Amino acid sequence: MLSIKNLHASIGGKEILKGINLEIKAGEVHAIMGPNGSGKSTLSAVLAGREDYEVTEGEVIFNEKNLLELSPEDRAREGVFLAFQYPIEIPGVSNVNFLKTAINEIRAYKGLDPMDAKDFLARMKEKQKLVELDVKLANRSVNEGFSGGEKKRNEIFQMAMLEPKLAILDETDSGLDIDALRIVSNGVNKLKNKDNATIVVTHYQRLLDYIVPDFVHVLYNGRIVKTGPKELALELEEKGYDFIKEETGA
Amino acid sequence: METIIKPNTITEKVLKLIESNFSTLIEGSEKDNAIKAFVSQGVPSRKHEEYKYVNVDQILKDDFVLATQKNISKEQIEHLKILKGAFIAVIVNGVFNEELSQLNNLPKGLIISSISSAAENNKLIFEKHYSRYAEINTDSFVALNTSLAKSGVFINVEKSVIVETPIHIIHVSSANENIIINPRNLIVVDENAQAKIIESYETIDSSSKIFNNALTEIVVCENSIVDHYKIQDENEFGYLLNTTQVVQQKKSLFSTHTFTLSGSLVRNNLNIVLDGEHIETHLNGLYLTNGNQVVDTHTVVDHRKPNCNSNELYKGIIEGKSSATFNGKIFVRKDAQKTNAFQSNKNILLSDDGTINTKPQLEIYADDVKCSHGTSTGKLDADKIFYLRARGLSEASAKKLLMHAFASEVVNTIKIEALREYVEEKITKRFE
Ligand SMILES: Nc1ncnc2c1ncn2[C@@H]1O[C@H](COP(=O)(O)OP(=O)(O)O)[C@@H](O)[C@H]1O
Ligand SMILES: [Mg+2]
Repeated sequence: MLSIKNLHASIGGKEILKGINLEIKAGEVHAIMGPNGSGKSTLSAVLAGREDYEVTEGEVIFNEKNLLELSPEDRAREGVFLAFQYPIEIPGVSNVNFLKTAINEIRAYKGLDPMDAKDFLARMKEKQKLVELDVKLANRSVNEGFSGGEKKRNEIFQMAMLEPKLAILDETDSGLDIDALRIVSNGVNKLKNKDNATIVVTHYQRLLDYIVPDFVHVLYNGRIVKTGPKELALELEEKGYDFIKEETGA
Repeated sequence: METIIKPNTITEKVLKLIESNFSTLIEGSEKDNAIKAFVSQGVPSRKHEEYKYVNVDQILKDDFVLATQKNISKEQIEHLKILKGAFIAVIVNGVFNEELSQLNNLPKGLIISSISSAAENNKLIFEKHYSRYAEINTDSFVALNTSLAKSGVFINVEKSVIVETPIHIIHVSSANENIIINPRNLIVVDENAQAKIIESYETIDSSSKIFNNALTEIVVCENSIVDHYKIQDENEFGYLLNTTQVVQQKKSLFSTHTFTLSGSLVRNNLNIVLDGEHIETHLNGLYLTNGNQVVDTHTVVDHRKPNCNSNELYKGIIEGKSSATFNGKIFVRKDAQKTNAFQSNKNILLSDDGTINTKPQLEIYADDVKCSHGTSTGKLDADKIFYLRARGLSEASAKKLLMHAFASEVVNTIKIEALREYVEEKITKRFE
């Protein structure tokens, strides 16, 4: 589904990603772990199409398409979804209105008619329940006045509404209490199927108790320095990132 | 400091029009004073501090005639009736038109008529208020309107009468030669009374310039509530100089909302005098400019007595080669202790060729007051655009959504639902 080869990216002339290689197949969950500043959010943003970053080398193929050539909206329409580490507030733009526009533009891209208003409402209701998002919040402006946890839940709600093929969750667990963590993970797990894939970016092992990964990758200083089974996460938790430094000589 | 302008050729040209005019609302010495005031101030050029950003004199350089009556059918103005069931007064080329108006079944205590008939039939009120507030000596267009005005709408809501039905004044103009029109409205809302008033400015079926020097005086008496709206939606032939002069008496509440959607030139002079204690005033405005449009808003909030609150919010979106100006003056006089006066002007500049001039001006002579002002001009937020695009919205629809969001803060202050929907729809079309 996704194939990243030797991806280099920089911002303001400073190289952040220094040759990422990653293969993801449909149905898989990949965890990307790594200390602060290692480039996790940069990788997420580059995949979503943030134009501030300059890709200097490498390629990204997503379902046979050259992802790096697509605009952010076309990536979303092809099925890439980024749950932002820091979802922003957009006062005056209602969640409902914005999601309706998003869904219908994605449908238009696929040559489909706009979604029936009744079907849309039904989907809203169903997905709100899934992430236990207050109806009041769903009808408000995007993230305006939401608590940190509510913002994260709203990201997963949007993901549920858009049904992406590849979801990238950038530290969706940070700032969540245990209840919220359970709800969010539960939502992600329910949305998982054999045709989609998930990248879970985190620097705590905690989330991986709930969303069990098939692979764990350690991102360090712009490179994936180690890949292993889910047990690798526990090892990292126990020994800290220093052991990676020693082991890889990074 | 005011710039003294010598009578120039443009002023002389306009003066000839004044001399050819007859049967104005006021005659005799009052009219002579107005003419004198006009001549001594002249048509302001861009050297005039208050008219720096509008080239009115350049527009009036062309030949203009005073408007003559124009036949407009009911069908032609049907689409200008924003609200079903409103009381509608229609002004065609500056002249009140009874046939086109819908003023049947006015409730007891509500008078809506032509201002010239009010000058006879409601002599006491007319003489007490007409031309008592708009200052001929500080603005040459007030002087010009006062020199020339012969028609307009008169509204009086009598003491303790609450008019639920909105009153809509439609200013519609149409010209096939350059015309100057000078409609003059007087609105008096008596003690304890309430009214909702909409003034819309429209042009139809035109091929020549229309210079509309419109002036409305509003008297908001003690303990009364007035909700006032201006919808300015003239086409490229429209040059609108719109003065709204308001005086508020104690314990009154006045809210005004100005939506400038189109027109070649719009200059708004909105002057509000808070002439009593415990007054509340709200000024909201939204201007959307594009092409070569010029929109210039000057507001004056004059706190003369203690314990009053005023709150002002103006927002603008500037595209193309258009230019927008916001000049907001707040005076807090020596007596006006415990004043709260707030002002905010926010702009989004979407093009490199657009201009925005914003100038808050606070003059505070009392010491126990809370006043603040803030202005900002920026582009649409790139992070927000990216967030929306990352969800599948095209760049264009992301921007549209954000422009709507920006405008909604002002649009949401409209308390009449059908009017709010109308404005929303206009804005949606505008952003397409
Ligand atoms: N806009 C930016 N300008 C300059 N440096 C940046 C910018 N964004 C991120 N960086 C740098 O890139 C590195 C990786 O950041 P990031 O991808 O956010 O890491 P992580 O998500 O793993 O914590 C950090 O050293 C950070 O300081
Ligand atoms: Mg990060």
